[in-house]
Order: sequence, then structure tokens, then C-alpha cells
Amino acid sequence: MDLKRVGNQTVVFANPPVILASYSVVGPKEGQGPLSKTFDRVWDDQLHGEKSWEVAETKMLQEAMQGAIDQVGIPKDQIDFMLAGDLLNQIISSSFAARQIGLPFIGLYGACSTMALSMAVGSMLIDGGFARNVLVGVSSHHDTAERQYRFPTEQGTQRAMSAQWTVSGAGSLLLGKSGTGPRITSATIGRVVDYAEADVNNMGAAMAPGVADTILNHLHDLQRKPEDYDLVASGDLGAVGLALAGEVLKKSGLDMGTSFTDCGVMIYDACQDVHAGGSGCGCSAVVFAGNIMQRLKVGALTRVMLVGSGALHSPTSSLQGESIPGIGHAVVIEA
Amino acid sequence: MADNNLRKPTISVTPENYKALTQQFTPKPTFVKNVVRAFVVGGIICAIGQVIINLFIASGLSRVEASTAGTATMIFIGALLTGLGVYDVIGKFGGAGSIVPVTGFANSIVAPAMEFKREGYVLGVGAKLFTIAGPVLVYGIATSIVVGFVYYFLN
Amino acid sequence: MFNMIIPAFIVGGSICVIGQLLMDLTKPKFTPAHVLVSFVTGGAILTAMGLYEPLVKIGGAGATIPLSGFGYSLAKGAMEAVGERGVIGAFSGGVEATAVGIAAAVFFGYLMSVAFKPKG
Repeated sequence: MDLKRVGNQTVVFANPPVILASYSVVGPKEGQGPLSKTFDRVWDDQLHGEKSWEVAETKMLQEAMQGAIDQVGIPKDQIDFMLAGDLLNQIISSSFAARQIGLPFIGLYGACSTMALSMAVGSMLIDGGFARNVLVGVSSHHDTAERQYRFPTEQGTQRAMSAQWTVSGAGSLLLGKSGTGPRITSATIGRVVDYAEADVNNMGAAMAPGVADTILNHLHDLQRKPEDYDLVASGDLGAVGLALAGEVLKKSGLDMGTSFTDCGVMIYDACQDVHAGGSGCGCSAVVFAGNIMQRLKVGALTRVMLVGSGALHSPTSSLQGESIPGIGHAVVIEA
Repeated sequence: MADNNLRKPTISVTPENYKALTQQFTPKPTFVKNVVRAFVVGGIICAIGQVIINLFIASGLSRVEASTAGTATMIFIGALLTGLGVYDVIGKFGGAGSIVPVTGFANSIVAPAMEFKREGYVLGVGAKLFTIAGPVLVYGIATSIVVGFVYYFLN
Repeated sequence: MFNMIIPAFIVGGSICVIGQLLMDLTKPKFTPAHVLVSFVTGGAILTAMGLYEPLVKIGGAGATIPLSGFGYSLAKGAMEAVGERGVIGAFSGGVEATAVGIAAAVFFGYLMSVAFKPKG
């Protein structure tokens, strides 16, 4: 049997899975940002009439995943797996959304890299012959993340200039064996890379080496150059991490050029007071499901690399003085 | 396509290099602005406290009583502004200027307690009330006892 | 009623500046909780050394409203009680002197937490 694995850590799909549908739901702040028109649904309230922010996040993910199903109008019994993840302890938003959706469920955790990770794993399931259609989705919510990782929202603190703002948003894709739409052609699963950054207010710096490592290996594995991509979008290093990743790659002999950007940088305007940009699983999910999918569909982009970046620490590990391990997962999408 | 070659692509940056790069690329806190704001906000809060104490003195309280009552009033104001959702805005602007005064202490009591109400009144509100107040009381009271002991033995 | 306002502003503002510098120069280790704890402890120690009392004389509320003033009341209470009652005063003095503040913090804190919802 032909091995679909190439080089160090890349898989190339023999029959690239198709992205049949994409759906994104965001909170009010994201709805005021530069990408507002690309989202399918904008909530005008963080709580959305629910009794807690956690319930609201679950509803958001549920809405995004149902939205993707409804777009194609595919019967649920033809969707073989649901892959989802989020930032909360024990990924409750995903499990609780799966409780409602009722599909066979695989929970994933890759911190902010979960969207790219779920796209990679979903594509492997389809190309491996284990599934016809796979529903993937992730979510994050600013207020649930703040209270779990940082301070209560009403506490009067100053955020560091390098800190990022957790996006309230959920993005979902329906992947299928056949049909029309952009295709996922290859994926590079990242290694955990830790360059001893321990500052939880500078996650971009913690994740940048992991992202750079994955990009370097991906291009090496496929013997490609940065110019082979119309867009390389990390998600979500923020402004500090993006600059650092670019610099690290340059020192490693790769000039990424102008096509290298970051979902966390794209999602907010500078005037929205988010400091280094957006973060959270939902960030790269809604930017991809919204903006990037639209550009792929109209042909403005033909080959895109999405590099999900994750900071794999917990509040406990940080209190115990551990540094923040970073990871990057790359998926290539072609129109 | 590449053959199954093993490893090599590793980023050419050592942890030491990376540390220097991180420092270079990470924006510094806006020191001067932060200090000026902390001074002004902290000063204003204390000046308001002084006015309240003066009012208590004018109403006939002794200097010590007035100071105690003034502190309690400031705690009330800090707690109220946190409940109204205003104190985090002041805190974002004033930094330590709004953390260090007792109003900031009140904020650090109400903010977690209010937010964990959804986890119940005993283990939510009751327990989280002391997230920051707890350590403050532990170290404050323990220090005062040590000070008392030292004072006793020196005299 | 406008007695002492300027000194309170200057002394209070300066104490807060020390807190700001502690936070900005030691990021990310020094959180608001660390600031509050070190100010209480620092205030109590300075009081024991006789260095905080003059600050209270000069700055009034500028020295008592910052959390170092809470440390000042704790230490001063403990020392006075030791003078009156001996060693048992070391245990009772601090809490007695600050009882109003502690009770107010717990009571008002609870009240507001129950009455309001976080806005996010």
C-alpha cells in the first residue's frame, strides 16, 4: 500500500476531501471588526440570553455546526463523525454541543490550533476511507476564557501590550469525500516546540517557534517554496508572534514575503484596543470559515496554508513556573 | 516528491537567540504614561478619601474614627463601582493607581465573587470572595502578629 | 472639608506609582494580588520600624487609603495592644484595629456580588 505520508511529518491526500460548507458565528466585538461582512452570523450580545457565558459558547458552537449542515442540506446519517474542540477545561463546549447534535463525536484539544488540527484529522478520516462526511468545528468565548485563564472580567487590571484578545466565535466546516468546493490537499502535523517563553501575556512569542518549525518542515517535506502559496495564514500568533515567526524563518533561510499573515491580526482593527490581536480557537476558525473561504470560492486565492498555532499550557502549569509549549498544525487548501 | 528523508529542518535559532529576539519584538509597557496615570488616579482616589474623612470629622467623629469610617466608605464605593461594571474601566486606565487603594481591594473581592455566582452561593460567591482578599488578610494579619511579638520582646 | 487634600493627592499618588513600577518592571510575575499582598506586608513592616507614621501625618488619607495603610493599622493596633495587654495583644490588636474595614469589605463585597451581574 502506498504510504500517504511524506518527508518528516506531512500527509498528502490521495483524494483530497472537499469543504462542502462553512459557517461562522461571532460575538459583537468581532462583528465590529474589519471582517464583519464575512461572518454568517453576528451576535449582538456576549451572553445571548443564556444563563452563563459557558452555555452561550456551547450555543455558539452548536449554531455554527448546525449552520454548516443546513447549508448543504445533507441528512445527518450521512455524516459519520463530528470533530470539535475548544479552550475550556475538559472541552465542555464541544461535548455539550455534541450532546445536542447527536453525531459520533471525537473531541480534540490543540488550544488555538484546534481548527487546523480538526481539519487535518477530518481529512485523514475521509481520505483513509473511514468516513464519507465529517463535521468539524471549534469555538472560543472571550469571557469564558478570561475567567479560566486570567482574571475575572470585572477586575480592574491593565493588559500587557503583547497580550491578545480571545475571540468570541465559532467556526464549522463540513468536509466530504466528493462534491464541489475548495479541497484540503495536504496537512503537516506539528511538533511541540518550547523555547522557554513563560509569559502568559505573550502567547504569540510562545507559539512562534512551533509555527516556524511546522512551516519549515512542511515546505521541506513537499519541496515547495513560500511563493507556491497565495496566502500563508497562521492562526493566531498576533502581531508580536507573527513578526517573531517571520524573523525565525528568515534566520532559518526562508523569506516568507508578503503573503504571510495571521488570523489574529486580520480579525480586529487597530482601534479596537485588543493590543497584539485576536486569539482563541474561534479566531482562526471564523477567519478561515468566513474571509478565506470566500476568497477561495471566488478564485482570489488558489492555494492557502492555514497554520493553526496552539499554546499548550494550563493556568496550573503557569502558576508552577513552567514555560509555555507551542505547536503549529498546517493544512493546505486549494480552490 | 521528497523521499522519506529523516529530520534536519529545524529552525536555526537557539533559545538564547530567541530570548533576545522576543525582547526586541515585544512592545514595552508604556512606562511614563502608566506612571503618570497611576499617580493621577491614585492621587484622586486618596483625595476623595480625604474629603470623606474630613466630612466625618466635621460631623463630630474623632480623627481615628473618621479615618476608619472613611476607609469603610471607600470600600463601599469600590465595591459598588465594580458591581456597576465601572471599576474595570478605571483599572484599565489607572493601573496600580486603582489597584493599590482600598477601592482596588474591594474590586478584587467583588470581581471574582460576582463572576462565580453561577457556580453557587457557597463555593462560588462565598469562596471566591477571598481569592485575593484571602492572601491579603493572611499576610497582613500574620505580619501584624509578628510585629506585635517583636515589639513585646524589645520592650 | 478641603483640608489636606493636596498632601493626600501627592502622597497617595506616589504610593500608587511604586505599585505601578513594581508591576511594569516585573511583568508577568507581579499580578494585582501580589501588589496588594506586598503593600499590606510592607505597610506593616514600615510601621513597625516607625517609618509609616510620619507618612500618615503628612499625607492623611494619601497614606491610609492605599493598602499599605491597612498594614499600618494592623501593625499599629498590634503594637498598642501589646503595650496594654502584653503578648496576647499581638494576636488581638491587629484584627481589632482593622475590624471595621474587614467587616465592611466582606459585607459590602457579598452584597454587591449578589446584587449585580458581571458585564464582561
